[in-house]
Amino acid sequence: MRSFFPVLTVIAAIFVIWYVAAAIMNMPWERDQAERAKAEFVYSTALANTMSQERPVLPAPHQVAQEIWKTTVEKKISSKRSLVYHGWITLSATLLGFLFGTVLGMLLAVGIVYNRAMDMSVMPWVIASQTIPILAIAPMIIVVLNAVGVSGLLPKALISTYLSFFPIVVGMVKGLRSPDALQSDLMRTYNASGAQSFWKLRLPASMPYLFASMKVAVAASLVGAIVGELPTGAVAGLGARLLAGSYYGQTIQIWSALIAAAALAAALVAIVGLAGKLVERRMGVNR
Amino acid sequence: MNETVISAQNLSLTFHTNDGPVHALSDVDLTIEKGEFVSFIGPSGCGKTTFLRVMADLEQPTGGTITVNGVSPEQARLARAYGYVFQAAGLYPWRTIARNIGLPLEIIGMPRREQRERIEKVLELVDLKGFGKKFPWQLSGGMQQRASIARALAFDADLLLMDEPFGALDEIVRDHLNEQLLALWARTEKTICFVTHSIPEAVYLSTKIVVMSPRPGRVTDVIESTLPRERPLDIRESAEFLEIAHRVREGLRAGHSYD
Repeated sequence: MRSFFPVLTVIAAIFVIWYVAAAIMNMPWERDQAERAKAEFVYSTALANTMSQERPVLPAPHQVAQEIWKTTVEKKISSKRSLVYHGWITLSATLLGFLFGTVLGMLLAVGIVYNRAMDMSVMPWVIASQTIPILAIAPMIIVVLNAVGVSGLLPKALISTYLSFFPIVVGMVKGLRSPDALQSDLMRTYNASGAQSFWKLRLPASMPYLFASMKVAVAASLVGAIVGELPTGAVAGLGARLLAGSYYGQTIQIWSALIAAAALAAALVAIVGLAGKLVERRMGVNR
Repeated sequence: MNETVISAQNLSLTFHTNDGPVHALSDVDLTIEKGEFVSFIGPSGCGKTTFLRVMADLEQPTGGTITVNGVSPEQARLARAYGYVFQAAGLYPWRTIARNIGLPLEIIGMPRREQRERIEKVLELVDLKGFGKKFPWQLSGGMQQRASIARALAFDADLLLMDEPFGALDEIVRDHLNEQLLALWARTEKTICFVTHSIPEAVYLSTKIVVMSPRPGRVTDVIESTLPRERPLDIRESAEFLEIAHRVREGLRAGHSYD
């Protein structure tokens, strides 16, 4: 609760900057309108108008808030204009991709830790995979999968997987290697099998690393899902809302989709963080 | 009673490092009988910990022979012939004390009910009854080290290997744990190999003191203690005690060239 006031201050500052920027950036259009109508340019009226343009360069916060309210609460969830509908489409791809990414990342990490050949060969490829811009590879995944008859949720989820497995691999490898010499020697004195060492030592020791990685991965997963929606021709999803908004100059729609995506990401990271806390508490972490 | 637990002949171990070979152990001969309490004492680098780790099959000797319970250290390890207590307690922080102690029992596949009984029993042995549900961080350093001894006792091996178990503890706690360890040894009749760098600790606890010296790590003196098995703390002020302590100190000085 101590962070309440600082957080509030930062939010207030953002709003102030946002409103000022909206006024400044939307003003030229008002000036232009007045000129065309050959009307007298009244600054105070123009200033008021910058807050309620239909296609502002930068929509004011309350316009975005109104749009979000209209497209979440007032629209039926099944409506194509509902942000909840689009949000769910993106969320489902995000979650599926995150699940794939987590499983794939953990499997790769186990392989890297237990197999010397994989240790030498896989990691460079994993890193190389992340140097390719996702915007370049996403359309190819969509097109190739579409050619073999796979479309809809799965291609987007795979793009999410592509982004989210990386932090899991890196964190999990570090976590599985985190037990110290003493802890490992202990297993040796018990003549423990490899599987026993894994389940009773390496895996529990890696949990804090895994959850830290999962927080990064779930946010990356959402980015992947949104990027995956862009080349599909903007059918549905938050990415589609962004793209459609930019096609038709609907800046308010773009911003409301952006805010919705940010809120979704924050919620996902918070949920993963909470799950991590619960696991840590069960594992007796003093916090 | 006369049953050889550890027998080492010409035992050598050389580590190959970037700065050249390090002779951690050189031509060590030693025999340890069942039921003895043997302390290994010497300055750091004398190979006392290495020797213990060779017995435990955590290091491989490069020369000579060693048997544990008449078989190779590896076979002894596979047969789970010893319990090992490390310098640090090394409890797994995500397990409660009871589950830490139960770890070796889980690994050997002991039935749950039997596990619970053993855990209760060893908790009592180290005077930690009622602390089973606590996590390691909730216990003091001394209590953690006692829990790690309980863990080593859990599957009731006849041989206990202890590597400076009380080295990180303060003197008051240490005295107390030494007393308890002697009582435990008397009750369980185990063979204990105990690495230390404290002369009083070595003399107080042991029936046999092995004095070692570094570069190369070797045994310079083996002292059979004349103290009775029953040892109250104030035996440390007796003339006999001081005499043995003096001989240990002499042995250490002789082996240490201060170059």
